[in-house]
Amino acid sequence: MDTYSLLREIADSWVLLAMFCFFIGVGIFACLPSQANAREEASMIPLRDDAAPKPKKSCSGTCAKCACSDDLTAMRGLSNG
Amino acid sequence: MDYVKIILLGAITVIAALASGWAHDLAYQVHALLIMVVAFAMFIYVLRNTDEPAKPTMEHDGIYFDGVIRAGVIATAFWGIAGFLVGTFIAFQLAFPALNFEWGQPFTNFGRLRPLHTSAVIFAFGGNALIATSLYVVQRTSAARLWGGNTAWFVFWGYQLFIVLAATGYLLGATQSKEYAEPEWYVDIWLTIVWLAYLAVFLGTIYKRREKHIYVANWFFLAFIITVAMLHLVNNLSIPVSIWGSKSVQVFSGVQDAMTQWWYGHNAVGFFLTAGFLGMMYYFVPKQAGRPVYSYKLSIIHFWALIFLYIWAGPHHLHYTALPDWAATLGMVFSIVLWMPSWGGMINGLMTLQGAWDKLRTDPIMRMFVLSLGFYGMSTFEGPMMSIRAVNSLSHYTDWTIGHVHSGALGWNGMITFACIYFLTPRLWGRKQMYSMAAINWHFWLATLGIVLYAASMWVTGIMEGLMWREVDDQGFLVNSFADTVSAKFPMYVVRGLGGVLFLSGALVMVWNMFMTIRGAKPVTASVPQATANATPAE
Repeated sequence: MDTYSLLREIADSWVLLAMFCFFIGVGIFACLPSQANAREEASMIPLRDDAAPKPKKSCSGTCAKCACSDDLTAMRGLSNG
Repeated sequence: MDYVKIILLGAITVIAALASGWAHDLAYQVHALLIMVVAFAMFIYVLRNTDEPAKPTMEHDGIYFDGVIRAGVIATAFWGIAGFLVGTFIAFQLAFPALNFEWGQPFTNFGRLRPLHTSAVIFAFGGNALIATSLYVVQRTSAARLWGGNTAWFVFWGYQLFIVLAATGYLLGATQSKEYAEPEWYVDIWLTIVWLAYLAVFLGTIYKRREKHIYVANWFFLAFIITVAMLHLVNNLSIPVSIWGSKSVQVFSGVQDAMTQWWYGHNAVGFFLTAGFLGMMYYFVPKQAGRPVYSYKLSIIHFWALIFLYIWAGPHHLHYTALPDWAATLGMVFSIVLWMPSWGGMINGLMTLQGAWDKLRTDPIMRMFVLSLGFYGMSTFEGPMMSIRAVNSLSHYTDWTIGHVHSGALGWNGMITFACIYFLTPRLWGRKQMYSMAAINWHFWLATLGIVLYAASMWVTGIMEGLMWREVDDQGFLVNSFADTVSAKFPMYVVRGLGGVLFLSGALVMVWNMFMTIRGAKPVTASVPQATANATPAE
């Protein structure tokens, strides 16, 4: 069998199947409920302040009910999924 | 290090001088002289600064590398005007052939200006916009300064040199006759070097990012950079006839060459003009709307579906040719399937405005983004339709194709680039907003009307042309000669030229607005966010 026919045979069968499985896998991964937080976090990246560092605040932003923890707190509800 | 640079630059100067003497053709000779002058100027510059005490540099890791982006924004506007101007001129050349001036033959005739126009708008205007925005976005979304120090400047100036070599080459008659890949072998090699440096800067910045995730816009930019490198290398496999001449011979021949060319050609559309610009869309639209992208889920699926499908669509450019039917059918089917991810992306962009639709009334930049997404949706519907074999038998070789390309290029690529320029200019030069918001509105309407005139006249003339070509009388003879169709197209050609004038004047308004915004302003230094602020975003 010449090289072209052999490669063609492989491309038509196993490679096609592998690419299709990979694509389905990506689709499933994109919708995993366990990744919801990661997705939300990633979608917020552009909205973080991109100019100067934020002015120092009076508290460290680590307490549980801290009102000044991060500007992003206000953005949390905006995500549509 | 300076000594190495001096030796290299000196060697290049000498070799270029020899090459200009031994050159077999005019284009090669002019290019050799150009390279000699550039290399010699750099040689003098490096020599004068060698062994000088090192100046304290302002550059450090806490500040974004924005100088190259400022240069990129200006270069985008400059090449935009150049490309639109040439485009408008050749549109009138088609309507009034007398504009192919006798005194300018052969340098200013349509055949040589046309590739100058396409390369100027796609690679010079679009390419500079992509490089500038991708380097801006990758820094902001990685919270890191560009990797590689001055490599980014090498990418910028190297790319400008590529553009100048390509453009002058076309005028002087050096072309390898591959659409959108016309530059000859040495220009191709130079672009390869520049492009790999670009890839290194981009990847290096992603590698040292301080965000946990790679934002989806960077995925699109990365796909664009890698795929363009691959396409460029494969489609430009050629052997120079002589190392002292510009002519080269393709390695592929016949139908293989045609298939490789349109695999390249269509993916230049798919990855240069689509994936790269979608990278812009996924950063700047959320930014301008002040809201995160509508669905991050959809953006992941959009990305993978787009890159899995686009690469197969090329054969639809070769219906009814020597290409086997199965290949043409494959290309057609994938083109139609591609409609879905395209519209998914458009919907994702448009729905980002959910809850902020009022901005359309008040924010002219947002209006440009939305219009560009509208044109993206329209041309990604038109494209799959035209790839169907039966439709293609009517549309192919007619001006319908030209209309389709321009509704995508002027509407989608042009509008989103203008919007990004309006977004970036005030930020990069420390202004609150553009000098004149009313001028943005003027630009918006001039450009929109220009596109409408252009696309509508090309639809009419293209379909008319296609129908006239296939019209037969009751004896089975063709009714029209080719010249009949040419004279019938005259009014539409004039309207198309006027559309170009409107689009160009809109861009001139933008340049004036940029000039007034930048004048007297000091470049801004934007700090990289502190590590502690981003390592663990507060809940």
